[in-house]
Amino acid sequence: MSPLLIEAKNLSRYYDQHCAVNDVSFSLAKGEVLGFLGPNGAGKTTTMQMLCGNLAPSAGEIDINGIDLLDQPRLAKQCLGYLPDTPPLYKELTVDEFLQYCARLHGISFREVSQAVNLAKDRCGLNDVASRLIVNLSKGYQQRVGIAQAILHTPEIIILDEPTVGLDPIQIREIRSLIKELGSEHGIILSTHILSEVQESCSHVQIINQGKLILKETISGLNQRMNTSMIKVVTRSTMDLSVFSNINSISQIENSSDTSYLIHHANDSNPIEVIAEIIINAGWGLLELTPIKKTMEDIFINLTSEHNAEESA
Amino acid sequence: MIFTIAARELKTLFLSPLAWSILAVLQFILAYLFLTQVETFTSFQAQLASIQNAPGITDIIVLPLFSNASIILLLVTPLLTMRLVCEERRNKTLSLLLSAPLSGTEIILGKFFGILGMLMLIVGLISLMPLSLLIGGELDTGKFLCNILALSLLVAAFASIGLYMSCIASHPTIAAICSFGILLLLWVLDWTAGIKGQGSELFHYLSMLKHFQSIQSGLLNTLDISYFLLFISTFLILSIRRLENDRLQR
Repeated sequence: MSPLLIEAKNLSRYYDQHCAVNDVSFSLAKGEVLGFLGPNGAGKTTTMQMLCGNLAPSAGEIDINGIDLLDQPRLAKQCLGYLPDTPPLYKELTVDEFLQYCARLHGISFREVSQAVNLAKDRCGLNDVASRLIVNLSKGYQQRVGIAQAILHTPEIIILDEPTVGLDPIQIREIRSLIKELGSEHGIILSTHILSEVQESCSHVQIINQGKLILKETISGLNQRMNTSMIKVVTRSTMDLSVFSNINSISQIENSSDTSYLIHHANDSNPIEVIAEIIINAGWGLLELTPIKKTMEDIFINLTSEHNAEESA
Repeated sequence: MIFTIAARELKTLFLSPLAWSILAVLQFILAYLFLTQVETFTSFQAQLASIQNAPGITDIIVLPLFSNASIILLLVTPLLTMRLVCEERRNKTLSLLLSAPLSGTEIILGKFFGILGMLMLIVGLISLMPLSLLIGGELDTGKFLCNILALSLLVAAFASIGLYMSCIASHPTIAAICSFGILLLLWVLDWTAGIKGQGSELFHYLSMLKHFQSIQSGLLNTLDISYFLLFISTFLILSIRRLENDRLQR
């Protein structure tokens, strides 16, 4: 396994009495893209701010690239690129000026500044607007400048707080591919409440709710959970359901109307072929046969409501 | 790193009309005051020539000019410093600085030197006016330099307090009002000392005006210089503490 870029141990953060993050531990390795999911106010942003040294944790430890963030903040922050939920832009500067300033802040030497700025502009598609004032750019472009600022000094760890907010679908796709591209050589954490985004661009996912980590899973593991377990069948004439009883993997059949059915089956098998064969042989007239995927939303809502129920119990 | 922040700070000031208008207004008013002083001098010139040990051109023109400048800068500096940290916090750009590999000290010093650069420019422009007198007369160089030093130290002290207020306040206007209030208080603190029997040693020592005038008169005193240096460093350290505190609690 590749070395850990981030190791957070038992992080907690209180705002007065209110506990925003409660005993959260996780790690990030090189080449991973970690998606942070959670409803509003779950503690995503607070966690990210702690990782970037913008906020000191009430308890816990953060190791960035093996360096303790609290003991040696300056060294640790050199390996970090951070895009907060509101992109931190000096709007009276042009894109070029702003990026040059950021490059200098991150300790890039004078000679390498223009090279770094050009690379970041290329990656984020900012070449057309390079000499325009940031204040005059659309929200999408401002967001891109924010991302450019975070990847400018090619940090090992990139932390993006809701990177695709306010972007149009084409831009979102571009940013996703950018994240994938960056993910191969860096470690990335991104937070979002758009679930499909996690599926698209992350390799790992964490769901956080009311300050607690309630799920930590790889995307493939998550896909396993989401695997088909229902099949929707529509036929022309009514089926005789008793024929299905001898297929082991089918657990239950629901009748949603006279000619449409929901067939529940075990996760590890796929009886679609058999079902189709039976229906065709019986001459019931197969009109539709659709595997229904459990969506990320279902899992998310399931988990968070389970968690909430546990909390209140 | 400090220089990078200072340079951006200065650049931003000049990108908005604020710096330009302040420079223009200041220069206009001070030039007018300068002219009236020159006028006074020329009308008294004949009488002055007959007095032994008469006050020279420096005493009559430069001293009042710098005194006037100090009062006007007392009004202007809070306007320049109010946005320093406050606005960054409001626009959420502060996190850019906080997540960069910088210490709080560097951020604060960068901001301080940025605004100090602007103030030094103002001081420089003011100093140009007496220099123009060299065409037709002579200046007491020592006294003139003392005046420049006094004004520089004074505006640096103004800036440090303005910076601290900008760290505390949630809105730039509040920062401006608070720093203006404190500056004015420190300025007039000495006035009670004028009334016999009511003067306080402490007030006398704390008053900015006293120390400023002392250097202005050409008397370079460690006490006055260290007063200003202490004043500046106290408020810079307080500002750094305040910025670090941001991370700990909100």
